[in-house]
Amino acid sequence: MILQSIAFILGTTLMYATPLIYTSLGGTISENSGVVNIGLEGIMFMGAFIGAAVGFYTHSGWIGFLAAGVVGGLFGLLHAVACITFTADQVVSGIAINFLGPGFALLLCRLTFDGAAMTVPLPLDEKISRPLNGLFEQNSFFDMIFNRYSTVYLAFILVFLMWFLLYKTRLGLRIRAVGEHPEAAATLGINVYKIRYFSVIMSGVLSGFGGAAMSIAIVSQFRVTLISGQGFIALAAMIFGRWKPQGAMWACLLFGLANGIVIFMPRTGLDISSQLLSMLPYVLTLILLVVFVGKAIAPSADGEIYEKH
Amino acid sequence: MNNYDSNQIVVDMKGITQKFGTLVANDNVDLTVHRGEVHALLGENGAGKTTLVNSLYGLYHPTSGEIFINGEKVIMDDPNVAIQHGIGMVHQHFMLVKPFTVVENIILGLETHKHGVLDMKKAKDQVIALSERYGLTIDPDACIQDITVGMQQRVEILKALYRGADILILDEPTAVLTPQEILDLIQIIDNLTKQGKTIIIITHKLKEITDVADFCTIIRRGKKIDTVRVADVSEADLASKMVGREVSFKVEKSKAAPSDIVLEIKDLHVKDNRDIPALRGLKLTVRKGEILGIAGVDGNGQNELEEVLIGVRKAESGSMTVNGTDLLGKSPREILDHKVSTIPQDRQKRGLVMDYSVAENIILENYKKEPFSKKGWLNFEAIRNYARKLVTEFDIRPNDEDYRAGSLSGGNQQKVIIAREISNNPDLLIAVQPTRGLDVGAIEYVHKALIAQRDKGKAVLLISFELDEVINVSDRIGVIYEGQIVGELKAEGADENEIGLMMAGGGKK
Repeated sequence: MILQSIAFILGTTLMYATPLIYTSLGGTISENSGVVNIGLEGIMFMGAFIGAAVGFYTHSGWIGFLAAGVVGGLFGLLHAVACITFTADQVVSGIAINFLGPGFALLLCRLTFDGAAMTVPLPLDEKISRPLNGLFEQNSFFDMIFNRYSTVYLAFILVFLMWFLLYKTRLGLRIRAVGEHPEAAATLGINVYKIRYFSVIMSGVLSGFGGAAMSIAIVSQFRVTLISGQGFIALAAMIFGRWKPQGAMWACLLFGLANGIVIFMPRTGLDISSQLLSMLPYVLTLILLVVFVGKAIAPSADGEIYEKH
Repeated sequence: MNNYDSNQIVVDMKGITQKFGTLVANDNVDLTVHRGEVHALLGENGAGKTTLVNSLYGLYHPTSGEIFINGEKVIMDDPNVAIQHGIGMVHQHFMLVKPFTVVENIILGLETHKHGVLDMKKAKDQVIALSERYGLTIDPDACIQDITVGMQQRVEILKALYRGADILILDEPTAVLTPQEILDLIQIIDNLTKQGKTIIIITHKLKEITDVADFCTIIRRGKKIDTVRVADVSEADLASKMVGREVSFKVEKSKAAPSDIVLEIKDLHVKDNRDIPALRGLKLTVRKGEILGIAGVDGNGQNELEEVLIGVRKAESGSMTVNGTDLLGKSPREILDHKVSTIPQDRQKRGLVMDYSVAENIILENYKKEPFSKKGWLNFEAIRNYARKLVTEFDIRPNDEDYRAGSLSGGNQQKVIIAREISNNPDLLIAVQPTRGLDVGAIEYVHKALIAQRDKGKAVLLISFELDEVINVSDRIGVIYEGQIVGELKAEGADENEIGLMMAGGGKK
């Protein structure tokens, strides 16, 4: 029974950490290039809707997932145009996207689903696949932990790829250089604008994935309350993870664990108010930010506007 | 250096004019440089030296004029074009990515890679080979933030050489170096020119020109004044060409007559931002009617000392008394009220509010007092009148108390601070790097102002990274090294080399 409980908590941890991992990887690449993107929340929202809606109409979770990435990328492009080309304040642009994303998603939802504030759920067989289904005996310890939707494994693969990109490739070296000292990079003939555009658009794509991972893998539809702060939690995870993909991943797992516990507690029969319990991930975010933000070292030019002479 | 070949012109800039709006930064300037030559560009701040080399490096696009590299006309519209034509630049403020390693900084933008994946081993081998060839000692795997300023500069030079630079532009290369590091740099420049490299060096330090340069082009107010063979002229000639009038190098002053102790610091321990001890039992005294100069290389606790003195940094332990009152841990306002005035190191961050007018900056420390305000209401007439008086008295240009402080030249910004601090009639005047970034004329002014305070019987504490300044202006010199005063000596007849050695930690107590 204890084993079952542990497996249940770990399984839900993986499940709930996944959308956060995508989005925090988005934050990581954007901020490493020196652009703060607090619009992740709004982009996740958009991704969640697009994923569910496109998935519903095409009868394919995967197409929905990819479409969410594309639309997320477009929102990233919007942020990039505002902050990089027009040197707008990055926080203000991010806030605008956080209003735009949910509002636009809801509008589109009402237009395409007869005025409803949620999409029609995807049938189970049209959701993203579970590649390890049947590998372990059903409801066994390993099955409960590892029998997950593909998006979960993909998230961890992307953590590795992002680490490899940032620390082992030419592009990654340039992304980090641009985030630390854009003038230095520019004097060496690196196009700061191009690198930042790439990074911010990628952050949009990844946040779009994050939203879709929520709407078509964890649940099977888009709802207005679906995202509710996860973009911000992902942002906190990135900071807690010190702007590194692997660090962000561990932080997301911690938030996922908090969620796992929230879902597990009612089963224990302990009489804790569910409202109090569901505060847990957010309280955890606050505490971690207060304790760690002071010590964390962001890329030097993070949030700074770069203008060529 | 005499390693040049006068038959081979590598850089020929003709009639360069650069306008920014109505400002003419370069006015029909010519510059001719030969292969293997060290060519100095001399001029006051704002004379247009940096603007000229920025056009050569493709950072600015001249309004008119032509640039020829090795006889070929080149449109320098991008640093990439300059790099392709073998031009490299070491900026005054190093363009290094601090958390990156030496090798990463050198290869950035021109990385060794296989299909986009970095090949760091090959890069390291290439960098080591290059550093050995030119005698530029570096630690390839160290992060920039952990190495000395001298090594950072060598990394910058290697960065240019790695890109195949034959012409190196060094913008104020010695501003941040210790005397020993300057000697090393001169050696490096000699090595480079022997191997056929050409050096263009920007400076306003005359001694360096006579030490390293073959030719010197003097620029004043955007115009080329002259190009001279350095061997044919004296430092005084260069200075008068640069400023346009005779300049006295020797700081004129009478003998000091120190009396009572004003500032006494004992056993001061302070930590820096990273929680590492910055001052370790520092001890010093300054008396009425004397200037104590603190000599030392940047980063040996001077910043922390300044911050403790003005009350913006907490000390771990020790004491700091002014006229017998312990002021350690008191607020900046309380310290001000005890007749301590400061000319801070960073005039744009700590000295002035850049977006305020000159008048507003002048009453920044006294706005609460009458007649400048009454019951929380500012009296603008009184403020203006007072500011106008100081603007005239201290010859702040333009002669306008409503002028925005941030739009003043560096020298005039410094005058505003000096006007404010001196007119507070302090008992103790602290001046940190008071001539940083100023030109010869303004430096002369600041030095005279400090000495005038001393002659009025004030105590003056001068903290500076410029050894010449400390020796010339002070009466007594304390050498700071790793948070302690490691040596004290009279300024008169002080030996620069001896102090230099102490500054590098080689002195004996």
